[in-house]
Amino acid sequence: MKPSSPAMAGEPSANYNFAFLDEQTKRMIRRGLLKAVAIPGHQIPFGSREMPLPYGWGTGGIQITASIVGPDDVLKVIDQGADDTTNAINIRRFFARTAGIATTERTDRASIVQTRHRVPEKPLRAGQILVFQVPTPEPLRWLERREAETRKMHALAEYGAMHVNLYEDIARFGRIAKSYDYPVLVNGRYIMSPSPIPKFDNPKLHMSPALQLYGAGREKRLYAVPPYTEVKSLDFEDHPFRIERWTEACALCGAGDSFLDEVVMDDAGGRMLVCSDSEYCAERRAAGHRGKAAP
Amino acid sequence: MYVPVKGGEQAIDNAARLLAESRRGDPAVPELTLAQIEGQLAHAVDRVMAEGSLYDRKLAALAIKQARGDLVEAIFLLRAYRTTLLRFGASEPLDTRRMAIRRRISATFKDLPGGQVLGASFDYTHRLLDFSLAETGGPCPAAAKASQALPSDMPSIADILEREGLIEREPAESGGAVADLTREPLRFPAARPVRLQALARADEGFLLGLGYSTQRGYGNNHPFAGEIRHGMVTVEFVPEELGFAVALGEVELTECQMVNQFKGSAAQPPHFTRGYGVAFGHAERKAMAMALVDRSLRAAELGEEVTAPAQDPEFVLYHGDNVEASGFVQHLKLPHYVDFQAELVTVRDLRREFNERAAGRREAAE
Repeated sequence: MKPSSPAMAGEPSANYNFAFLDEQTKRMIRRGLLKAVAIPGHQIPFGSREMPLPYGWGTGGIQITASIVGPDDVLKVIDQGADDTTNAINIRRFFARTAGIATTERTDRASIVQTRHRVPEKPLRAGQILVFQVPTPEPLRWLERREAETRKMHALAEYGAMHVNLYEDIARFGRIAKSYDYPVLVNGRYIMSPSPIPKFDNPKLHMSPALQLYGAGREKRLYAVPPYTEVKSLDFEDHPFRIERWTEACALCGAGDSFLDEVVMDDAGGRMLVCSDSEYCAERRAAGHRGKAAP
Repeated sequence: MYVPVKGGEQAIDNAARLLAESRRGDPAVPELTLAQIEGQLAHAVDRVMAEGSLYDRKLAALAIKQARGDLVEAIFLLRAYRTTLLRFGASEPLDTRRMAIRRRISATFKDLPGGQVLGASFDYTHRLLDFSLAETGGPCPAAAKASQALPSDMPSIADILEREGLIEREPAESGGAVADLTREPLRFPAARPVRLQALARADEGFLLGLGYSTQRGYGNNHPFAGEIRHGMVTVEFVPEELGFAVALGEVELTECQMVNQFKGSAAQPPHFTRGYGVAFGHAERKAMAMALVDRSLRAAELGEEVTAPAQDPEFVLYHGDNVEASGFVQHLKLPHYVDFQAELVTVRDLRREFNERAAGRREAAE
């Protein structure tokens, strides 16, 4: 985190502060983040602001990024793993416009990666910050709709209901049927929503060298996973956590270890599977890897 | 000496004249034309048509002008006009697969046949006030045109999922008479076509709040926006004397196919279920909220536990109509002297008796 200065290089709008938010708000958010880092996985309420992008578009992540970004930072924004999805482009443009900072599509060049629904395939390194956009910060919300109750459940580490919920899946389907937003236990204490990333990405959260910051703008909550923290996907001894696997490799780059998106080719059942992480796929193709549909 | 209040008629006339004067505003400022409202306040016109249940842009614009921009009041005006219109019959079901697309997006597949068509949308604009719009007469840059026309029959995302059996089949068309909520009262249990009709007319804000509540744990139905499309659809009608369909014209529609998780039951394997929303004009918020609520109202049918307001048909359908709700909430402004007088007498009696009993208890204690 570098201090941000109101006076900035580049050509951000003269009518707004560096990275849009005023400095008092950024300090408030940074204080919240410090608390979040100190209590891994614990949700910290914060005075979320109305942003010029709609709730649900990533206002929590945007507020975090705006609060920690400095003039020398390099920002990467992905949505569904890709840099070229409309929402990712839009958020990247927002920061280019309001902060005049450098942006990149390369994970290894970014100091901050803001993401919605994915963790980059390429491992992150120490010193990088991964900012998650979170719609529903409360992992217990589907079991208990009242906030006053879920706060109490967290305080008492009363997590039996969650295990029962997962067990019900096993009783009905023979397996845990949750495919995304799969709950994790952080540092052996708090159950946390990893935001709706596919469970495929859950193992990447465990002992990550990068700092993970989570922001929920509409629900007004911050939480964090500090570097090298234990993040365990909930499971049972006889039903260990498993990630999804595909029978095919990426049709463009041939990767067999990445999360694949299904693209509908025609209305006669034609499908193609391609890497959801557009950078990972492009880099592999540049290195000469070829999938079965590659030109 | 007390003089009973009279002259209500004069007061009403004067109030109406004052309203007309207030509506006109500063006479030095040019009066709004219907063409301006229709063209430049298009979303307001769309909403009034949708909830007014009458597809007529000019009349909706007129209603908005008359209502001074109060859209619920404008909807009321349009409904009160609509109710006088003659019914010729019901059109053929609209075929939205053949919609002339202006916008079509899917959140479930990155790409799909026909492609993602962004169209005119607020979605990826930064909500920073554009002060250049404060001035009139500025140049308006022309939007780029696609080199190629869009296909005339874009497959619906639900059809694509249906081919693989991943989503429930759409119920076959009953072919029976179409229920008309404006002619017959709501009865429970209300069948889905009737519910959809009520939701299509329902207040956007009410549906938005209810739909949102399902996303926050009050009757969650795990939705994905399978597809949202907006464009023009031809309305066809079969006149009895001809026996075949003739095109009456086109209507602008927004349609939302929500794809929802369903974990299956003893009789059915897990699959996706549908929530459907549709609205006149370009009204994505309305269509999406409607689709969420449609799906949550199917909870009982799908064997899900009914625990939340959005899953309760009586709660939703009886309270979603803004003309009904606005009327009954605001009727509290009407004189209630008589009931209130009766209540005053009762409350005074009860208080006196209460005090007497309290005094009695005190005496007994002393």
